[in-house]
Amino acid sequence: MFAPVYLDHNASTPPDPAVLEAMLPYLSGRFGNASSRHEYGRAARRAIDEARDQVAAAVGAHASEVVFTSGGSEANNLFIKGAAVCLKPGLLAVSAIEHPCVIKPAEQLCKHGWTLEKLTVDASGRVDIGNFAAIMARKPKIVSVMLANNETGVLQDLESLAEYARMAGAWFHTDAVQAVGKLAVDFRRLNAAGVHALTLSAHKIGGPKGAAALVLDKRVELEPLIAGGGHERGLRSGTENVAAIVGFGVACTLAAERQATLAKPLLEMRRRLEAGLTGLGATLFGQAAERLPNTVYFSFPELDGETLVGYLDRAGYAVASGAACSSANPEPSHVLRAMGVDPGLARGAVRVSLGGGNSGEQVAGFLKTLQATVAGLQRLTAMTA
Amino acid sequence: MSYSVKVLDHYENPRNVGSFGKEEEGVATGMVGAPACGDVMKLQIKVGKGGVIEDAKFKTYGCGSAIASSSLVTEWVKGKTIDQALDIKNTQIADELALPPVKIHCSILAEDAIKAAVADYKKKHGEPVPA
Repeated sequence: MFAPVYLDHNASTPPDPAVLEAMLPYLSGRFGNASSRHEYGRAARRAIDEARDQVAAAVGAHASEVVFTSGGSEANNLFIKGAAVCLKPGLLAVSAIEHPCVIKPAEQLCKHGWTLEKLTVDASGRVDIGNFAAIMARKPKIVSVMLANNETGVLQDLESLAEYARMAGAWFHTDAVQAVGKLAVDFRRLNAAGVHALTLSAHKIGGPKGAAALVLDKRVELEPLIAGGGHERGLRSGTENVAAIVGFGVACTLAAERQATLAKPLLEMRRRLEAGLTGLGATLFGQAAERLPNTVYFSFPELDGETLVGYLDRAGYAVASGAACSSANPEPSHVLRAMGVDPGLARGAVRVSLGGGNSGEQVAGFLKTLQATVAGLQRLTAMTA
Repeated sequence: MSYSVKVLDHYENPRNVGSFGKEEEGVATGMVGAPACGDVMKLQIKVGKGGVIEDAKFKTYGCGSAIASSSLVTEWVKGKTIDQALDIKNTQIADELALPPVKIHCSILAEDAIKAAVADYKKKHGEPVPA
């Protein structure tokens, strides 16, 4: 297979060999159902218990606070819908830059008597604290603000926000799937500040797809999305995906071990990339805010992001575009729209997200290829030339 | 989304990219689309004796399917009279490139670009004189 250089780690990450090795026995000989009483079942149960400890340790939580789900989307849906069902309909607030798996369930609740407020962000992509405080004064019951944005990498000051949410008496959730592994994430500390739940996902940190967790303060009452045999403290029934959960556990341990040492080289590569992009005339998004060390989001004026991504792929670099041109009206990224970015510029959005396996040479090679690709595309698109 | 082999071919090696000089004889331009939010196509034809399109060039701001659609029509219109060019339908373009339903608008834009270029020619030159 033609293997382009992988620069899309916010989308998914290559599974670590140790993760795969740990998983394999549970896809063959140790196939038991963790609810079974015999040795096959008990072996699976022990593996899940160990993984739960590993996940909890990586984010500073207690194992009993970890609820395994099939993915980040399910964990986010579980919190938002699960909490809403246990409350009388009222106001809920999510930031305008949340992943669709937070925004959509919040919108679904509007059909059931809830009122949704989307929290605005400033031009740099940070939640607007004035707007946030004003909405908190209206006493929302559920609030969700992501720790790090998947497109821009911009970080939110959750501890400050949680203080307002706490005064409002809201359940406060954060989608941390992009933050875990790239930053030190401490649920105990966040919890003390007023964050009640946190989502993390295996495949964003070198683990497999199909496993994620909602880390949940036990004071929060949730109704399960999937009722049945009572797995995961009754919050998520269904036979556990043992192999994926085992891989998730190992990935969490490795991510926590490596996070501190990886941050510096990632940041150095990001800075090199940003300097190169600025030199080529790109506009960089979220520059004024604190960001993940691995994420760069940029746009070239008058170039279509999806087209640029397509050419870069053919030239050997796998990156992401921010716009989905799937209809006659291509919709630019809702994140950039919320930041007030001009729609034409937003349409050109391209995201590079680095990982521990990338090198400075790859970044240099990418910049060189990008320069040639942009020049070629400008020839194709410049209407006046 | 995966592109068809033919889209990829035009996407990687777009034919007839560029513009004609404004003063060149018989040149007409069709510019279609909405620059603010969508794809933009500029198709230029160079019309010779008998209303035959001798050459064509394009510029496109848009996705791979939009680039491929406009590249394809520059090939198709060459050698046709302007009236024959008007017979090119978006369905033919979509079929040739195996465009998925969400990209049909790209082929419609390419058809519109031909119509706009021919209309521009007729506005400048009147109906062509038969050879």
